[in-house]
Amino acid sequence: MNTWEFYTTILIPALNKGLALSIEIIIPSAILGLMLGILTGAGRAVGPKWLRKLLEIYVSIFRGTPLVVQLTMWYYGFPTITRFLEPILKPRGWPSFTWDIFMMQPFTAAVFGFTLCSAAYHSEYIRGALLSVRRGQFLAAESLGFTKLQTFLFITAPIALRRAVPGCGNEIIYLIKYSSLALLISIRELTGQSNHIASLYFRHMECYLLTAIYYLAMVTVATVLLNRLERLISLPGMGRAS
Amino acid sequence: MTNALSTPSPEIQKEEKALVPLLSVQGIYKSLGGKLILDDISFDLEKGQLKVLIGPSGSGKSTLLQCIHFLNPPDCGDVILDGKSAREMSRKNICSFRQEIGMIFQDFNLFDHLSAKDNVAIAPRKVKGLTKAQAYERALLELNRVGLSDKADHYPAQLSGGQKQRVSIARALAMDPKIMLLDEPTSALDPELIGEVLNVIADLAKGGMTMLMVTHQIGFARHLTNEIIFMEDGRVVEQGSPELLLDEYVNSRTALFCSRLTELTGR
Repeated sequence: MNTWEFYTTILIPALNKGLALSIEIIIPSAILGLMLGILTGAGRAVGPKWLRKLLEIYVSIFRGTPLVVQLTMWYYGFPTITRFLEPILKPRGWPSFTWDIFMMQPFTAAVFGFTLCSAAYHSEYIRGALLSVRRGQFLAAESLGFTKLQTFLFITAPIALRRAVPGCGNEIIYLIKYSSLALLISIRELTGQSNHIASLYFRHMECYLLTAIYYLAMVTVATVLLNRLERLISLPGMGRAS
Repeated sequence: MTNALSTPSPEIQKEEKALVPLLSVQGIYKSLGGKLILDDISFDLEKGQLKVLIGPSGSGKSTLLQCIHFLNPPDCGDVILDGKSAREMSRKNICSFRQEIGMIFQDFNLFDHLSAKDNVAIAPRKVKGLTKAQAYERALLELNRVGLSDKADHYPAQLSGGQKQRVSIARALAMDPKIMLLDEPTSALDPELIGEVLNVIADLAKGGMTMLMVTHQIGFARHLTNEIIFMEDGRVVEQGSPELLLDEYVNSRTALFCSRLTELTGR
């Protein structure tokens, strides 16, 4: 098999398949992560004290531990929780039921893991943006008779979300790249495919170089879309200079 | 009130008897961070009256306005607007109490993400429940009143300081407030922009709007008001007509303070 044939019949089809799977993981993780991140960030910025404390703990755990550890924990570690629970529950007369609920499909575990990690980072950008809204804007809103919730929904949130876009966009770009860690929980996404082909054919250089180009392309597309979004929601005096 | 010397007709007499102050501030105390900022402030504001509040910086003027508005509730004392006590209101009623008091801030506090028209229309829409069309109609009317109908689609960043302050006045007026509190409305403006804002305020005063205004524009204020309240260290030190407090021969704290202001600014 000559080099050209290797590229067209083996490497590129494999990488395309991996790319499709990567995108299938990235898109739901990005959307769910952003939504959870917005809720977490809002809770941390304006929520009641107990909620703030609780979310603080969540964020410090998920920002403070390596994503590889989190992912393997969800996929490999979590199902074995049975071993710890059964000795406790059985003597107390709990029915022994199957513990399949703790078993996640690799795909589910990946989306779950990425969402939780990504949301922890998003929340920090959202929180920062919410705290940056000037106090005068709330005072003005409240002086007009807005309730606290209305002030948040119609004044604070629209201003803060515009300010959070660059940071959250950054996190989504990170997510595109750290989605490659899914290969550790047996998902053959883009990097997984590349790994597989490289070790089968001993063509590491070409495989990884092409993989890098694939990622670069994904990030470029995301950057263009994020810039377009930023421009779309920018207003005179807010956001990028027009 | 002014023609008290002439014998009032029975009708007027009856009206005067029924005259309850529109706003009554009763014994307000407020401390912030362990420091007493407002120390037993009381005064009344009658319908159509404009009172001017002056005093050195740090005397508690802005805090007082925020207390009256219950944006920053007083520790003690009450605010009674049109017979309704703010102290006894539930949180929900406080929001409707606030609707009836328009507030103008020194640094405008326009909503940065909304156009002039939307800045004015958002509260009627969200708080009063007007439809978008009704709210916009009202917004254009109010912007016209402050002479800015041509800037309706401009964003705050595209307006000058004077224009921003006029939009903020329009925004307050769109809620049909019974009274307006103005917290140094011209202090953040370039000198050449002060006039346009003062004109709007003078028009409001002539139109019978009840107002309490913190200002250092003494020259302007003394022509519009019949009562000046002078505050220092959280207390009302002097209170009376401009003639009483500001005339050259009067030896009042207010006159001293104002003459120092005039020396500094040449106004």
